[in-house]
Amino acid sequence: MAYGLGLVKGLKYTFTRAMKTVAGDFKHLGRRYDETLLRERQSVRGTGIFTVQYPEEKPAIPENFRFVPFLVYEPKLDANGKPVIDAQTGKEAINLERCTACGICSKVCPPQCIWIVRATTPEGKPKPKPAEFYIDIDVCMNCGFCAEFCPFDAIKMDHDYELANYERHISHIFDLKTLMKPATYHARIHPLDFKREEDDRKAKEAAKAAKK
Amino acid sequence: MAVNAPVAPAELKSNLNDPLVIAEKIKAQYPTAVEAANAQGIVVQGEQLLEVARYLHDTPELGFDYLHNVTSVDYPDRLEVVYHVSNLARGGTPLTLKVNAARQDPAVPSLVPVYRGANFQEREVYDMMGVRFLGHPNLRRILLWDGFEGFPLRKDYKEPYYEDERKPFGTRWDQGHHVIAEDRNPWHDNVKYPASFDAVGYKPQRDTVRTVGAEDAVATKLRTDKLVLNIGPQHPSTHGVLRLKVTLDGETVVAAEPVLGYLHRNHEKIGERNTYLQNIPFTDRLDYITSMANNLAYVVGVEKLMGIKAPERAEYLRVIMAELTRWISHIAAIGFIYNDLGAFYTPLLYGLEERELVLDLFEAASGSRMMCNYMRFGGVARDVPEGFLDKVQYLVTERFPRRMDELEAYMVGNELFTARARNIGILPRDLAINYSAAGPVLRASGVKYDLRRADPYSIYDRFEFDVPVGTVGDMHDRFTVRIAEMRESVKILKQALAQIPAGEIMTGKKNYQIRVPKGEVYGRAENPKGELGFFMVSDGTPNPYRYHVRAPAFINLTALNEMVVGHKIADLIVILGSLDVVMGEVDR
Repeated sequence: MAYGLGLVKGLKYTFTRAMKTVAGDFKHLGRRYDETLLRERQSVRGTGIFTVQYPEEKPAIPENFRFVPFLVYEPKLDANGKPVIDAQTGKEAINLERCTACGICSKVCPPQCIWIVRATTPEGKPKPKPAEFYIDIDVCMNCGFCAEFCPFDAIKMDHDYELANYERHISHIFDLKTLMKPATYHARIHPLDFKREEDDRKAKEAAKAAKK
Repeated sequence: MAVNAPVAPAELKSNLNDPLVIAEKIKAQYPTAVEAANAQGIVVQGEQLLEVARYLHDTPELGFDYLHNVTSVDYPDRLEVVYHVSNLARGGTPLTLKVNAARQDPAVPSLVPVYRGANFQEREVYDMMGVRFLGHPNLRRILLWDGFEGFPLRKDYKEPYYEDERKPFGTRWDQGHHVIAEDRNPWHDNVKYPASFDAVGYKPQRDTVRTVGAEDAVATKLRTDKLVLNIGPQHPSTHGVLRLKVTLDGETVVAAEPVLGYLHRNHEKIGERNTYLQNIPFTDRLDYITSMANNLAYVVGVEKLMGIKAPERAEYLRVIMAELTRWISHIAAIGFIYNDLGAFYTPLLYGLEERELVLDLFEAASGSRMMCNYMRFGGVARDVPEGFLDKVQYLVTERFPRRMDELEAYMVGNELFTARARNIGILPRDLAINYSAAGPVLRASGVKYDLRRADPYSIYDRFEFDVPVGTVGDMHDRFTVRIAEMRESVKILKQALAQIPAGEIMTGKKNYQIRVPKGEVYGRAENPKGELGFFMVSDGTPNPYRYHVRAPAFINLTALNEMVVGHKIADLIVILGSLDVVMGEVDR
């Protein structure tokens, strides 16, 4: 066999690859940063350019994606069943916090980055509600154990991964106010998970009603 | 490429792996050597360890030729050094040998004269536990620096930022007021120095430069000096923060010594503070290319101790994840070999493209691309989302085979590659075994040893696949063995996808407080890099009493010097690449 044939064969593949990316470029003509084209070329059947032009393009986030937890609260609803917006914070007003300060998330947390102070009644008795809740997101390893083992579906993993900051001692310590996000947000980013929870809850209520 | 038929399971269950049988044989030869023996292992008299090891290694009918793992356990009254040895041809569960040493100035004979693979492992035990190995050729700290004080894996050692003996810490709930760790433990208290430490006059012993002696000059009739060159720790071709101290004669390598520990975080100490469950996400960070397989090895070990089994569907999901991991790890590895040869990034990035697709799938299933944290004791964290298996099916039946054909066409036949890789970095068969090399490195040297066949875990005994082996043990073989293994992985994936049943993915209820019965276990799995083992001692509490990781990449590095001597420095880089080391696992 002639010496150098392997090299020519190899170059054939790199050339084919290069041509495929050129073809991809033509596809994108006039449709730069197109969402559908991005999903197409990122799929298992995709060919051509594979790179994602972040931040103009962003890869799709699957529902199970986990990044730094947040706490879920039930928003206040008006007569039409629509959430009321709190004028002061610009967020949906809190009706009920799901968290009962049971402490399971802080116990199961591998790097121990969750700090909880349980609320007390004026008489000093413990109340099922957190008075303070901190997550040090620099210590958090995004393992998702807290969300997995929470018996009240009160803590969930977020999809918001753009958390860079100029300092880490104030803005990277998430307190109760930062962590609280409405159940509507949870339903939006975790549609299947939310539906499963609601079905479970309804089934439990139905079972309770049937007992009576 | 020679491929052999799978070993029948009946052959594996030879009574020569039974500690009680072996103990009787040792007693017949050395009447005072055995202190105690039970089904767990044999406790050997310290002074006679070397003779016993030599007997086990050299007697043809026993033939314990492979040292899997060396570690030690710190008990209140003694230190126990633990060895796992086996015969590769026989396979099966390894035999456990134990030696007791006093806590005050412990010393045990070194096994390096019998098993060269003990070299780095004994240094690690010395580093972490302070056990001196008498007769060791180079007994120095390996992961920590020479001036470090104390032995961190001893139970009485307390690290900087020490909070409590075990997690969960009491300060987190129900009066958990947040404190930034640095505030609690200011900077100047973080490092402990020996009492007589002199920071200004300190000279590290290991970095002395050696120059040529008079006899060398006479022999070559030329006045040349040998040169000591440091490659790394910041060097793109050392695959992370590895430093190689290379002695060169011109361009020829005379000796190469890896200097480790730049990524050391004492995974094992962290693991002993953690509960069993909390360790799962930490295993992701060992070999961060293959987190799914690391999870599997760990849960297989703990499940062995707990005596539980995962449901069928979960076992299949585990195999699918582990084999996908093997595929992407190997495609990255061969890409890196080409990269080190100077094919700058093109083949590597072609491989990484496929890897991205698999990582997308991992993200959809587990929530994270690399730090998957997917396996649980008795199952997996969650079922795979809709459409997941269809995508894997497409990858396995269409895309992967197509890519592999392409890859073989432009990589394997390439003349430049053949010229650079053939007969470079040869590790002969007997040396590969003696150096405890594992995984593709061992198989490239012609040893047909794959844990999925030799000691099947999970459900690997159900699948039809071959164990590819090399013939010479050079770089080219290590390359082609990986490609052949990728083909086998695709084979396993196809079978698993055809057989996977519907149903439960977890035995029992989800529980964060896991009780693990008292006992010891050496759980292991065939990772893409080699045998990843977890040696755990449980005292019945929620935290492991001892948690040791047998890191394949770390032990494979032991044989590096053997492979590179006499080759050119440009070959050294590629030989290192062909070992496929990941520093997250080497340094732990």
